[in-house]
Amino acid sequence: MIDTILLLITTILKIVAILLPLIISVAYLTLAERKVIGSMQVRIGPNRVGWKGLGQPFADMFKLMTKEVIIPSNSSRFLFLTAPILSLAPALAAWAVMPFADGLVLADVNAGLLYILAMTSLGVYGVIIAGWASNSKYAFLGAMRSAAQIVAYEIAMGFALIGVLMVAGSLNLGDIVRAQSGGFFSWFLIPLLPLAVVYFISGVAETNRAPFDVAEGESEIVAGFHVDYSGMAFAVFFLAEYANMIMIAALTSVMFLGGWLSPIDGFGDGIHWFLIKTAFCLFLFLWFRATFPRYRYDQIMRLGWKIFIPVTIVWIAVIGFAIYFEIGPWFQVRA
Amino acid sequence: MSFEIFIFYVFSAILVFAASRVITVRNPVFAAMFLVLTFFTCAGIWMLLEAEFLAITLVLVYVGAVMVLFLFVVMMLDINVEPLREGFVSYLPVGLLVGAIMLIEMVILVTRNFKSEQFPAPARADEGYSNTEALGQLLYSKYLFQFEVAAVILLVAIVAAIALTMRRRPDTKYQTPSEQINVTKSDRLRVVQMPSEKQ
Repeated sequence: MIDTILLLITTILKIVAILLPLIISVAYLTLAERKVIGSMQVRIGPNRVGWKGLGQPFADMFKLMTKEVIIPSNSSRFLFLTAPILSLAPALAAWAVMPFADGLVLADVNAGLLYILAMTSLGVYGVIIAGWASNSKYAFLGAMRSAAQIVAYEIAMGFALIGVLMVAGSLNLGDIVRAQSGGFFSWFLIPLLPLAVVYFISGVAETNRAPFDVAEGESEIVAGFHVDYSGMAFAVFFLAEYANMIMIAALTSVMFLGGWLSPIDGFGDGIHWFLIKTAFCLFLFLWFRATFPRYRYDQIMRLGWKIFIPVTIVWIAVIGFAIYFEIGPWFQVRA
Repeated sequence: MSFEIFIFYVFSAILVFAASRVITVRNPVFAAMFLVLTFFTCAGIWMLLEAEFLAITLVLVYVGAVMVLFLFVVMMLDINVEPLREGFVSYLPVGLLVGAIMLIEMVILVTRNFKSEQFPAPARADEGYSNTEALGQLLYSKYLFQFEVAAVILLVAIVAAIALTMRRRPDTKYQTPSEQINVTKSDRLRVVQMPSEKQ
């Protein structure tokens, strides 16, 4: 009995140790976004709160916390308030299987990759339910767009992951990283380059980030699914979006960039490499937002269904061929 | 009562409650959400059986994809419940008959073939055992033919669904991106030399 309680307490402490840095990262990612885009557009960005604007995330947070949560009339009150939680919970739950360094993982699950895929596919409920429960045309349009978009890109994402698990020979995220050991040229980025590109772009689409942010589309549907949300309810959506971004960036670094492994074989492996790679992928998110104009809806659908899915299917066939004939140093099936 | 049994009963209670709410709740969107809850708790129960592959696949396929499309359709249709209830009494005898037949069939099956002595509790697998791997081994060796037949049937179903719903509309306007990219200056631009009209 004592053992069970101890296990419970240590697990909760571990969860806190993951979530607290994650939420702080979310707060500072919002600041980084504004600063990075600011400097790309030759502006300064926020610099009033604290030293060089470093207090800005907390100012934003306190502002949102003290605002009133308005519930629209004729909306479904229960679902309206559940929707933000439905979008945040999967974004946080997926972190359970993330390997930060060798052995540094909350749950070393054998089917980790499947679990991640299942959790990221649940995020769409928050968006759909929010759009429907708000009882507003704009919110509903945003929800419909988002649902169609996420369903389309999830297929490409799943196919890209099939390539990863074929080469790694495992669904365990830790084993996937270990299969990439041996320096920069052993990372899956090189043999699986098309899949890595498809995965990352699908990840951008899945998190509803620019240039795929038609679900929010300020210019035509104001703010899409969260147009009626205010105060903390809105902040939770915001938190979920950025947690999902960090999630996709971390997954890209685990599956294609060798996770905690150093680019030079056996030279200073550790969590710092994982963090550097994740930060780089996050920078790409911000870079995309500053560079590309928003895709039109039919262009998004064309890219997802007619380009990404064929590319992944062809590359899966190529990998299968290479594994069968044992071509190249990367494609030896690891027992 | 061990912790596992306790969790099993909690999950089962939620499962039965959610499943019954699916057919009793008035709003179709709430019904769909209760169905999501049903699938989710069902996946939890499968997880207790150490069938992690099936449990996660249930969440991935049914909750993550099928129910999203369900919700999509249910939200788009403005379902008016009143006309659906009109024929309730006249259909009730037939419904009761079908229900009774199904109940009798289930009772016969369960009482004759599914006694607990016929199905002893499965031995707990050791720590290195991977459910996913075992399933893959069986599917791609022993049951390869059946697996491929199922795959072909699913492919035919996809093709049939697309063929049934696809309508070609000759007046639809669409862009061909490859043509747009390959446009040259001479296709779009005509330079006209003309003298100025006024000095």
